[in-house]
Amino acid sequence: MEYLIGIQGPDFVLVAADNVAASSIIQMKHDYDKMFKLSEKILLLCVGEAGDTVQFAEYIQKNVQLYKMRNGYELSPAAAANFTRKNLADYLRSRTPYHVNLLLAGYDEADGPGLYYMDYLSALAKAPFAAHGYGAFLTLSILDRYYRPDLTREEAVDLLKKCLEELNKRFILNLPSFTVRLIDKDGIHDMEKLPVGPK
Amino acid sequence: KTCIYTHKQKHFTHFCSRKNRVPTLFSSTFSSLSPHQQPFQLSHGTTTLGFIFQDGVIAAADTRASCKGLICCPTSQKIMPIHSHLVVNTSGSGADCMLWERILTREMRLYQLRHRKRLSINGAAKLLSMMLHPFKDQNTKNVLSFGGRSGPRVCYVCSDGLQLKGEIISVGSGSPYAYAVLDDGWRWGMTVDEAVALAREAVFRATHWDAYSGNNVDLFHITAHGWRRRDREDLKEEYYRERERKRKKIKEREKERQKREGDELGEGDIYSVHCG
Repeated sequence: MEYLIGIQGPDFVLVAADNVAASSIIQMKHDYDKMFKLSEKILLLCVGEAGDTVQFAEYIQKNVQLYKMRNGYELSPAAAANFTRKNLADYLRSRTPYHVNLLLAGYDEADGPGLYYMDYLSALAKAPFAAHGYGAFLTLSILDRYYRPDLTREEAVDLLKKCLEELNKRFILNLPSFTVRLIDKDGIHDMEKLPVGPK
Repeated sequence: KTCIYTHKQKHFTHFCSRKNRVPTLFSSTFSSLSPHQQPFQLSHGTTTLGFIFQDGVIAAADTRASCKGLICCPTSQKIMPIHSHLVVNTSGSGADCMLWERILTREMRLYQLRHRKRLSINGAAKLLSMMLHPFKDQNTKNVLSFGGRSGPRVCYVCSDGLQLKGEIISVGSGSPYAYAVLDDGWRWGMTVDEAVALAREAVFRATHWDAYSGNNVDLFHITAHGWRRRDREDLKEEYYRERERKRKKIKEREKERQKREGDELGEGDIYSVHCG
């Protein structure tokens, strides 16, 4: 029911998440932000069970900031992703596992852009493009066809729009708008919300 | 030595509750990994709502406490003031609601005494969310309504951890019906009378369609000066009054239509227009 997508370019990462906060059949909020800013150039997109998402994401967020305070420099996206994975894995076999699916997107000075896919069993994979949710079934093949490693920003946004159009056409639930953000060497940029209304 | 006989209520299944089975779509996607098992299905039989507008917050709720098919109490109070500027509506099992209201009141008062200032609504929501986290499967839902210096705010806290700040919140089995009315009539620039009328109508419609909501409607209006409570109103008569109003309207429309037809037929005869 919730949808996350990330596309990595040669020097940027484009991520989008839907804006619906639902409780059984009711849409309680239409402008809910599912992205958590871990640092100046790292975003964590988090979906899953209702309370677990915010609890886990805020826990990771505060710990990443604590690292910066203690050591004077920020965690790289790869380090943050592995830290998140370790925490998720530790909680997995405890009495209170977190049922969350994550996308971690970041830009590193040395390594460049990175997109990390993590699921609730704490399987971590660095991927050029990734999606979570039922919508992923519909959009991964579009990403497969049209993705190239040397996409420009406009082409990436067009690819994203293609995916969202397909969702609008074939997905049973109405996801009216999406928050879109772009991470590059200058930090995190908010892009205009993509509203894909029912046609 | 006297033997104290303790009545073991093992088979007492009629648990006083205000919950309702909320229809769950796709509930099987999230496998419940928690070891706790519910002894029996509890339901959220209630309609409570809160919304903000230019002159504060309105919190409204029905007053029926149901227990499966029995109305345990037709005059329960579902909206509890926490302090002069914060009010909470709860839905869920009656005992849990009372408990969390009291715990929240205690914690807010302690914070106020320790830090010499009131906790903001974001803080109160976070506090409640953290306190409810170990009781995830308890299924209590709260709407916190606040009208203070930082402006009117309404926040939804659920025991499964969901915490939302918004403009219109409604919880309970009657909430879909209430949402329909609220979404239609809500505007930021409403007057107090319009807002009160909207909240009242939303609860009334919900109580009409939902079996587990009914009896009276409670209404609180919170502004920067504090909360004010409107008298509890019985909705029993409202249904008949509305039917009467509709019947009158239909009669008037019928008269007008006949008049218009009479005009069209009696062409040229000016005086026939003015009779009847």
